[in-house]
Amino acid sequence: MSIILQVTDLVKRFGSLTAVDGVSFEIREGSCFGLLGPNGAGKTTTIEMMEGIKQPDGGTIRYRGEALGEQFRNEAGIMFQTTALQEFITVREVMRQFSRFYPHSAGIDDLADRYALHEFLDQDTRKLSGGQKQRLLLAMALINQPKILFLDEPTTGLDPQSRRNLWEQVQQVKEQGATILLTTHYMEEAYELCDEIAIMDHGRIIAHDAPDALLEAHFDDVVVQIHAADIPRDIGEREFQAIYRNDSAHIVTSDVNKTIEHLLHFDIPLDRLRIRARDLEDLFLELTGKELRT
Amino acid sequence: MKWNRVYALFVARNLEFMRDRAALAWSVLLPILIIFVFAFAFTEENPEKFKVGLVADTALPATAEQFRATRYIKFIEFDQVEPNLRKIERHQVDLLFDVDNNRYWINRTSPNGYIVEKLLIAAYAGSTDVPRKTLVEGDEVRYIDWVIPGVIGMNIMWGALFGIGYVIVRYRKFGVLERLSATPVTAMEFLSAQILSRLWLLVIVNLVIYVGMDLFVDFRMHGSYFNLLLVFVLGSVNLICCGLVVAARISSEEVANGVLNLFSWPMMFLSGVWFSLEGAHPLMQKFALLLPLTHVTAAAREIMIDGAGIIDIADHLLALGVSSVILLWIGARIFRWE
Repeated sequence: MSIILQVTDLVKRFGSLTAVDGVSFEIREGSCFGLLGPNGAGKTTTIEMMEGIKQPDGGTIRYRGEALGEQFRNEAGIMFQTTALQEFITVREVMRQFSRFYPHSAGIDDLADRYALHEFLDQDTRKLSGGQKQRLLLAMALINQPKILFLDEPTTGLDPQSRRNLWEQVQQVKEQGATILLTTHYMEEAYELCDEIAIMDHGRIIAHDAPDALLEAHFDDVVVQIHAADIPRDIGEREFQAIYRNDSAHIVTSDVNKTIEHLLHFDIPLDRLRIRARDLEDLFLELTGKELRT
Repeated sequence: MKWNRVYALFVARNLEFMRDRAALAWSVLLPILIIFVFAFAFTEENPEKFKVGLVADTALPATAEQFRATRYIKFIEFDQVEPNLRKIERHQVDLLFDVDNNRYWINRTSPNGYIVEKLLIAAYAGSTDVPRKTLVEGDEVRYIDWVIPGVIGMNIMWGALFGIGYVIVRYRKFGVLERLSATPVTAMEFLSAQILSRLWLLVIVNLVIYVGMDLFVDFRMHGSYFNLLLVFVLGSVNLICCGLVVAARISSEEVANGVLNLFSWPMMFLSGVWFSLEGAHPLMQKFALLLPLTHVTAAAREIMIDGAGIIDIADHLLALGVSSVILLWIGARIFRWE
């Protein structure tokens, strides 16, 4: 697969703060690339520079080997995390307006069908629900039949049904050959959709590979999960180095048999025991720490 | 510049405005209010029917004092004769009396001048030192004739500055501009669409004001309607561009409000809308020439009152045209989507 977008030594400073500090990566055409990171990691600034909205202080961004220009503007579709639309405008009118911005555009009815917007076409955009609005924003991002699609936290604030619905739609876009750059706080979403992910923290990329490859590289253990009430804290924290989260106690181990033997030795019931592989959330927390980011 | 993008933005902005009932109502209500205020203000009977200008460096002689005691005449003291003869020509003053030189001027066609002259002669009955008379030519220019071009100009100013400034600042504040920045639309295309959208609205609204005032208040229009339209269109473009420059970077409506007021209030009082700047400090007069509303008001006045042609108002058109191009260029250069 050819490289559609190439980012080299990207730097962005805001006064004395270096928000993006020498970020480099490449995105293959037709792939879905996930950019993950805690709040303030620099991912939104990075994506905004890639979208051409912010100017970098250093480094280069090349689209199909060229600096971002007219071709990029015509071939890029962008869905911001939050977008206000002009007031008093219907769904059909806003779609028509955006379709006129591009030399080639998808049909409004076709997009409305695909994203279940048909019955809202003549409705004021302010009256749409969260899920309907996200579908409209996705349709607007796709109105120019983009070769590259930027999705900035597209499912934030959506209910689980709407989120899964949007995942399906993004999968369809990907199947049609578009390249996708996704930022998200949902690790499940990144795992589900992305072929490749980069985790950012403090303006730098601290891990970058395919999701499974990253998990394989960082973990050779699994998580044994027991109901917290079944393993008293004084035993759990002392004997198993268990981590308590809500109602669960999590024991990270590379030897499941030995851990279970140990649990049985302490007469801990295994009725509600679960064993799960380490996931992206574990990796994310391991790499970026557990302290709260503001 | 791609005109299909400008058209798309133009259509969307117009739809937004036409459906915003509050904004639309205000745009319609304000002109109606202006028409009624003027209809009310200028149809009321004025108890002081006559105006006499007095030029006197020394104490008035008894006969002049007797004339000055006449009721229902408003006496205005002037320092000099020459600059005020134009007021006789335009019927703004009915008689100008130079007491020191015992001479007076009246307009040949002024009925008020004729009556005031009779009163002056009556005051001097029996005197051997009757003032000498000089006739002046010129049609009447009432305050209403003088003020209407300024009122329309002022309405354009409010509509242009606030109509465009607030909209762009609101778009920026809520992220509408950010979304547009992610499309091939250029700053110049966006700004052009905003100018066109506001321009047609200003033209329509001020046309309504003009026609409405013409129905209720009789005022003077001696020039070409095309020239007048040209002045108002160019003035609108210029003032819209001022609004664009103000809104080019600001993202807070409160700050925009302050800056727009900073632009509009000096124009309101120093552009000669309500009163003439004749006799004002020379520096203030020079400063007034920097204000676009000064040129709009002066050019419209010259067309409506004096019947001036394009050549006569070329300096004002040039000032408005050149500064519009400069302002638009600055606006596009400093414009920020975020």
